[in-house]
Amino acid sequence: MSAAGAISPQNPPSGSAPLLEIREIAKRFGNAEVLKNISLQIAAGEFLTLLGESGSGKTTLLRLIAGFEQPTSGEIWMSDERLDTLPPHKRRVNTVFQNYALFPHLNVRENVAYGLRVKSTPKLEIAGRVEEALRMVKMISFADARPSTLSGGQQQRIALARALINRPQLLLLDEPLSALDANLRKEMQSELKALQREIGIAFLFVTHDQDEAMALSDRIALLRNGALEQVASPREIYSRPATAYTAEFIGQTNLLRGEVHNGVFRCGSLQWKTAEASGGALFSLRPEAIHLADSSFQLPDTVSFRGTIRQQVYAGASELLEIDCGGNQTLRARIPASGPLTGQHEFVFSADYAVPVTESPTAHASRAMGREPR
Amino acid sequence: MYSRAYKTLVSVPPLLWVGLFLLLPSALMFAHSFWAVRDGFLVHQWNLQNYRALFTNPLYFQVFLRTARIAASVTLCSLLLGYPLAYYLSFHAGPRKELLYQLVIVPLWVSYLVRGYAWKTILGSDGVLNGFLQYLHITHEPIGFFLYSPFAVVLMLTHIYTPFVFLPIYAALEHIPRPLLEASQDLGADRRATFFRVILPLSIPGLLAGATFAFVLSLGDFLAPLLVGGPSGTMIANIVQSLFGAAYDWPLGAAISVCILLITVSLLFTTERLEKRRSFK
Repeated sequence: MSAAGAISPQNPPSGSAPLLEIREIAKRFGNAEVLKNISLQIAAGEFLTLLGESGSGKTTLLRLIAGFEQPTSGEIWMSDERLDTLPPHKRRVNTVFQNYALFPHLNVRENVAYGLRVKSTPKLEIAGRVEEALRMVKMISFADARPSTLSGGQQQRIALARALINRPQLLLLDEPLSALDANLRKEMQSELKALQREIGIAFLFVTHDQDEAMALSDRIALLRNGALEQVASPREIYSRPATAYTAEFIGQTNLLRGEVHNGVFRCGSLQWKTAEASGGALFSLRPEAIHLADSSFQLPDTVSFRGTIRQQVYAGASELLEIDCGGNQTLRARIPASGPLTGQHEFVFSADYAVPVTESPTAHASRAMGREPR
Repeated sequence: MYSRAYKTLVSVPPLLWVGLFLLLPSALMFAHSFWAVRDGFLVHQWNLQNYRALFTNPLYFQVFLRTARIAASVTLCSLLLGYPLAYYLSFHAGPRKELLYQLVIVPLWVSYLVRGYAWKTILGSDGVLNGFLQYLHITHEPIGFFLYSPFAVVLMLTHIYTPFVFLPIYAALEHIPRPLLEASQDLGADRRATFFRVILPLSIPGLLAGATFAFVLSLGDFLAPLLVGGPSGTMIANIVQSLFGAAYDWPLGAAISVCILLITVSLLFTTERLEKRRSFK
């Protein structure tokens, strides 16, 4: 209910016909409603990320597109062809599986060739295309190795090459980096993005990691309890979150609950002008929008307040402050690293950075059950 | 760490068991095969006569050939029954899996002999099968070759060894990660191609183990031919039994046993190597 009015257009930015169109898809497992009325379009060459907590339905949506599950209602179309009625082996989409699912009885070359072999492609063509694919993922020297002898990152590359050998227009990736350690993960992220740009295939990428989603995507589709919470570019979804849930899930935020009266929003000791209608209102204010008042630069529509520093968490380039503004109100601010701070200080932020968001009544309940957003 | 004394203590019983009940009898059998019988008495005189007899008297070779044929038929039949059964249970049985699994296992609890006699009752001239066929007017007189024939031996042994073939195949199929099947379909393979390119190759170790069970156990079986084989269904183990019994020619019996043992051990060795080569972790 909260999301209905808040969803931004689900169409891809370009005006051309969508590559994949998900039309009012719903999926039930018994009594559990896993997906509720999902409509989403993917443009050719786009990098779209399905982001959500575990249990939000993102993997189910991917499996519906791949054909491993059947939708309870709704349709999936791919360039004027109905997809959801086809068996998986007839769909022109390919998948990179979460734990790679490489065939253990085949070597790297045979794994990559699999998609061509089952289509009785001429031997000579197979050899050429396999080599091309292995070069693309920089694994040509491992062609004769068994998957079990490869590291996680190497298996990941083979899984990519294998999925791309059939030259799909859309590649589905099911948390492909979740099994890798942090450093390798960052490295694979940038490689994945570079590869996607180079070959120009649309990627539908599933992850629960918001940093990963931000780093890779053209657009992010945030799923919550089987419904789309917001679909937007990383910049927009971060700077203009539509709902309190989005604001809290992606990055950190301060949620300010208060009243609008005569075009002025009041929340505790804070107040600023707003175009919102009178009545209860909720604003999201990112911690990095708050500055120490002695900063030399001037902000438009400045709101200033005094507060006592309760806690200071040092994080290298920046530090996170917990500021007690009095009246049971605590704000979090992220400021450039500036040495230990104590006592009372004057803080400022621009009212422009306070974004009105819709309430997400069950946000906290669902967070308690699911994974904590990072 | 365990103390030396403790290690010695726990290893003595199994070593004693193996030595007393496996190595010693085998050594005795091996020795016997080089001795002779004269005037109804065993003489400890080293010679190769027994082995020469084995290779010159065509009777032994014929029976051995028949035994191998029966064992091969049993292996083939129990694979043809056991593999589809295991496949169905592993991939398509759904919630009925546990029950069906138990139903396959239960016959193993019934005595071998009881099952043998049951086949006699089914296959005999006044047996269930002949009675049924005549009742349906498909045949007008009892069919003789049902019982006391190689056919009956193959049937009975297949019945007995199919669960042994089923079990390792089922275990192998259960160990195939299901995402592999999805990956195969995702890459454009239909069910049939997925079976032949992923499922079958990955179940080969189980299949080899099952086939080895059936073949080796059938090769040395003597009860089935005794119960339902008749003269035309005599197998090599029956010959050994009679040589050790009525014929009182232990050395010749031992020589045959040594040959069978050699064949069996080399077979087990080969299949184990094959299984190792075909198993992937």
